[in-house]
Amino acid sequence: MMQKQRTVTFNHNPLLKRELPVWRSRFVLMVLLGCLLVLVGRALFLQGIDNEFLQAKGEMRYARVLEVPATRGRITDRNGDMFAVSTPVRSIWAIPTDVSLEPGEARQLARLLEMDVAELNAKLASGRDFAYLKRQLSPDVAERIAALKLTGIHEQREYRRFYPGGEVTAHMLGFTSVEDRGQEGIELAYEAQLAGQPGSRRVIKDRRGQVVEDVESIRPPRDGEDVVLAMDGKIQYLAYSALRDAMQKYRAKAGAVVVVDVQTGEVLALANAPTFNPNNRANLTGTQLRNRAFTDTFEPGSVMKPFVAALALESGKFKATTKIDTSPGRLTIGSATIGDAHVHGILTVAEVIQKSSNVGTVKMALQFSPDEMWHLLDGLGFGSQLNLGFPGEATGRLRPAKSWRPIEQATMSYGHGISVSLIQLAHAYLAFARDGDLLPLSLTRVDTPKAAPKRIFSPTVAREVRGMLEMAAGPGGTAPQAQVPGYRVAGKTGTAYKIEGGQYVKKYVSSFVGLAPASRPRLVVAVMIDEPNGAHYGGAVAAPVFARIVEGSLRALGVAPDSPITPLQLARKQGAEAATAVRESM
Amino acid sequence: MIRLDALLVALVVASALGVVAAQHQARKLFSALEREQTRAHGLEVEWGQLQLEQSTWAAHGRVEKLARERLGLRPPVQGQVVVLEPQ
Repeated sequence: MMQKQRTVTFNHNPLLKRELPVWRSRFVLMVLLGCLLVLVGRALFLQGIDNEFLQAKGEMRYARVLEVPATRGRITDRNGDMFAVSTPVRSIWAIPTDVSLEPGEARQLARLLEMDVAELNAKLASGRDFAYLKRQLSPDVAERIAALKLTGIHEQREYRRFYPGGEVTAHMLGFTSVEDRGQEGIELAYEAQLAGQPGSRRVIKDRRGQVVEDVESIRPPRDGEDVVLAMDGKIQYLAYSALRDAMQKYRAKAGAVVVVDVQTGEVLALANAPTFNPNNRANLTGTQLRNRAFTDTFEPGSVMKPFVAALALESGKFKATTKIDTSPGRLTIGSATIGDAHVHGILTVAEVIQKSSNVGTVKMALQFSPDEMWHLLDGLGFGSQLNLGFPGEATGRLRPAKSWRPIEQATMSYGHGISVSLIQLAHAYLAFARDGDLLPLSLTRVDTPKAAPKRIFSPTVAREVRGMLEMAAGPGGTAPQAQVPGYRVAGKTGTAYKIEGGQYVKKYVSSFVGLAPASRPRLVVAVMIDEPNGAHYGGAVAAPVFARIVEGSLRALGVAPDSPITPLQLARKQGAEAATAVRESM
Repeated sequence: MIRLDALLVALVVASALGVVAAQHQARKLFSALEREQTRAHGLEVEWGQLQLEQSTWAAHGRVEKLARERLGLRPPVQGQVVVLEPQ
């Protein structure tokens, strides 16, 4: 018989026998579940609701915002020739505290930057966080510097503006700052149009720094618009070189020339002397920068007389043939006496202009009230800006008629006691050239005039005055040197005393304003030479400048000659004879 | 049932691979576009520089100097110009 087995119950453990309270396990379960819920909740919160921060952090690791550069508009002349172009350059800058150069590296860098090692070290020794080492380097030099892989040396893309016209177009175009913003001239006047607006875009870059995806364009870049000037490069050069030569010949202090197209009011050329090279603006002086044609006013002198003659004819009180007694060449008004350079006796109105008689002009002017004269001068644009948007445009001085004393009205008729800028004079002469009406001037090319012309004189009066101006520029006039072979020209000289400290001194402003061809005017040319030496009459100093500009410009424009020229048959014969003929006619 | 599942899985895998391929293709094309745009920009810059160079060489002052000094040219004087009027 089997021994009754002893039943051993291993699980008979008193410890196990004790049942745990159910709540404990439930509690643990709850705690764990709670933790899970917190985690899930946090995850949901971060994924769904407050996800911006982490997304931004993530993007920072692959997304980049790139600057998209925009170029500044170009400036061209009316024929499309480039006169101002921006091209990319590089600037080298450093974080001085990050830079530690071996002597060899410093020498290499200094050589590429074209500076002394000492100068370079001085720039790097400054305790600042940022220092430009050199601005506006050419891109290939910058690449060689980048190839040196120096820590703390960085480069930055910039633009630099170049002016191929150099000093010829300096005052017309002006220039830009190192940041490529307009500072002077057209560059400033048309800044809004020329300036580009750099854009930016967000991209994804890969490990090697290459752009792999374009995410969005934040702001598209806007390149500056090109500006097409009214200026004609050829005429501008002619004007500049004629002025420069006259400046040298008469060792004058300054000078300016304006050429205006009669049909459209476009400014075809504007030159000033002394000038400057806009591509290298080290050591510039204020005199060089001054755009005299726009910003300087002067007492114009006799070039004002034709306006008085036109007023006289317009009123009907005078005819071109009306005789005026100018003897004895002096006229006393109040306590002041007005004199002529020569005694002319009895002159017709036309001869008064031809001979430029002060007395004759004053006698005409005093037939009118100050109001009538003021209205004429105001209508011609004196005393108000031309509103071309040019920086520093002068207003000139035309006092209200109420304050005129008779002597002032008298002096104003021959261009003293009133101040004008050269561009205002050129503008006013448009009225004679255009058969009595005036157009606003334009610095940019216009194909149809912007505004309707404003009538100042009747066409007959304008033509009659033009005839007088032609006499003035002819033999027996004050400016026979204004004549141009092949073309009839008309114009008036001015020789005005300058005022220093409220007193007229023996210094002169010589001027000449004229139009050509006289039969059907195409150009108005105004010339002003400040303080010429050796000669001072406008007819001797300024008129030859006018002649040279007109001769070249009319040929450049292809205007047919209107003056009968005797065809020189020699030109078709053998060279030797032609050469003699040339020498003779020169 | 299992067959249908297998088919669907296969489809999903295939489309996933397609997405990868398309993405890769897109990136490749994009980087090509990027390169071309950089090149276009570079060419534009060069065009500007060439225009600048052209204007410098063709500056009226330089042309006049060369014409006078090297070629011995001069402006025609009065009488040497014959003007033809169109009939």
